[in-house]
Amino acid sequence: MRRKTDFPENSATPEGYGQMHTSCAHAGFPSPADDYLDGALDLNKLLVNNAPATFFLRVKGDSMTGAGIHSNDILVVDRSVSASHNSIVVAVLNGALTVKRLWQRNGRVALMPDNPQYKPVEVTHNEEFEVWGVATSVIHSLRKQK
Amino acid sequence: MSKAVYALVDCNNFYCSCERVFRPDLKGKPIVVLSNNDGCIISRSNEAKVLGVKMAAPYFKQKSFLLRNNVTVFSSNYALYGDLSNRVMNTLRTFCPDMEVYSIDEAFLRLDGFSTYNLTEYARHIRQTVYQWTGIPVSIGIAPTKTLAKIASHFCKTISDSSGVFSISDIWEKPEQVDRLLETVPVTDIWGIGRKSAEKLNRYGITTARQLRDRENKWLQKMLTVTGLYTGLELRGISSIALDDAPASRRSIRSSRSFGKPVTEKSHAQEATVAYTVRAAEKLRRDGLLATTISVFIKTSKHRPGDLHAEYCSYTLDKPTDYTPLLVHHASEMLRKMFREGHQYQKVGVLLSGLESPHNQQGSLLEVTSPQAQKQNEFEAKLMHVTDAINKKFGRGTVQLAAEGLGQPWKMKQENLSPKYTTDWSKLQEVE
Repeated sequence: MRRKTDFPENSATPEGYGQMHTSCAHAGFPSPADDYLDGALDLNKLLVNNAPATFFLRVKGDSMTGAGIHSNDILVVDRSVSASHNSIVVAVLNGALTVKRLWQRNGRVALMPDNPQYKPVEVTHNEEFEVWGVATSVIHSLRKQK
Repeated sequence: MSKAVYALVDCNNFYCSCERVFRPDLKGKPIVVLSNNDGCIISRSNEAKVLGVKMAAPYFKQKSFLLRNNVTVFSSNYALYGDLSNRVMNTLRTFCPDMEVYSIDEAFLRLDGFSTYNLTEYARHIRQTVYQWTGIPVSIGIAPTKTLAKIASHFCKTISDSSGVFSISDIWEKPEQVDRLLETVPVTDIWGIGRKSAEKLNRYGITTARQLRDRENKWLQKMLTVTGLYTGLELRGISSIALDDAPASRRSIRSSRSFGKPVTEKSHAQEATVAYTVRAAEKLRRDGLLATTISVFIKTSKHRPGDLHAEYCSYTLDKPTDYTPLLVHHASEMLRKMFREGHQYQKVGVLLSGLESPHNQQGSLLEVTSPQAQKQNEFEAKLMHVTDAINKKFGRGTVQLAAEGLGQPWKMKQENLSPKYTTDWSKLQEVE
């Protein structure tokens, strides 16, 4: 026996398929000017030099405020850039990701915060240390965090 | 003509390696990744292999063992793996444009053009760069043919001093070394030899790659058809399977998942079918293709022998399309016919095939495009374009067919899913 409820309500019935249902966005048709937008500026081109090697990370904490890196900022990190003395790097120190300025002199390595409330950390041979990538930009929103 | 040189680049324990990129604390620790719906183990880190965790083992049977041994368990995060795979492939492409992406974690490169370099050194450089750029460790096998390159890449992992690169090309002039190497490769490990073929070969006493290589052509072709002959030739260093860099146009698009819990309600199965069709149609449009045939399958769990039902149904359209509502309509109809009350369904799936590009579409003799039909076509194309654009901008599912359902109780189980670190702004890894 065929039941009427074979199709759930609002479903794609043979008569009425194609009902679209929007949850929050109001869609219109593209404006005729869309065809002329080919020269729009692309932030990717500005911020991402080498796409396969570029990652975004979210900053937590205020250890780098002196360098203009604040909590909740988005850090653009390029893994293909080699780190050198004074680079701002994302490093792995004993398994934890950290953003600091790299200090390298006379065979000694340290991770330098940019906030007087934090102390530099010298990296000794006993520690597991690796540069994860070099921070190339920071995206700082000027609007209140939700 | 100089000899061909192929490299197979293979990502090591790819899914596990992906999970580690943003979790450096897991370096050196055992981890595993589960299949869709947390069914079984599909990727193991070396540390997990050492513990004796078996590939494809059902998760529920291994759960307590993994817990006792502090193995970190992940549900599969294909958004992450897909993104990192693209990064690895794009990195490789900067080294060698002659490339075939063979799977999510493997690519063949043709390195003949670089023979002025020491190719083993070049491969080490590629390997080092891929790791630095993407965080993914790879092994590279080098050989005169693709089949041998595959074998070479296996040796990267078994021979400890090869530093991730192993070249059969380097020992090619020393046949006794090649012989010794191929003696250690069981026929089941040869690319292109399936389980059935291997059983057949074993019955004739052929168990190693060397024995297979040394059979005469006629015998190989008789036993294993022309593909077996090619395998034999390739093992002798005669390149017979070319680099397949063209067929980016795929033959079919599939969207299927196992359910989180068995589905007994027709409406849930229907919603899932619609959702998978929508997903498949999105992929179709992303690749700029049209589908001619849509198929739907449905099946119960094979672990419940009393409750077996599996069925497959196809519908071929008069005219290829990428219009979601039309595909959804046919998929729903097929599911409706197949679904039987009283069964506990484990999986449904949708397959789009007969794919073609709109540019080389064959015109129908009977087709008359009236101005109205033309207008309708344009409207449909615009609607799909706008839907895709909105979903891309605001996230998948912002605009959806009502038939996809809102609660989606059939959604799959992913209890240990890691964040979409690279594809969702709200899921970025945090750094202090």
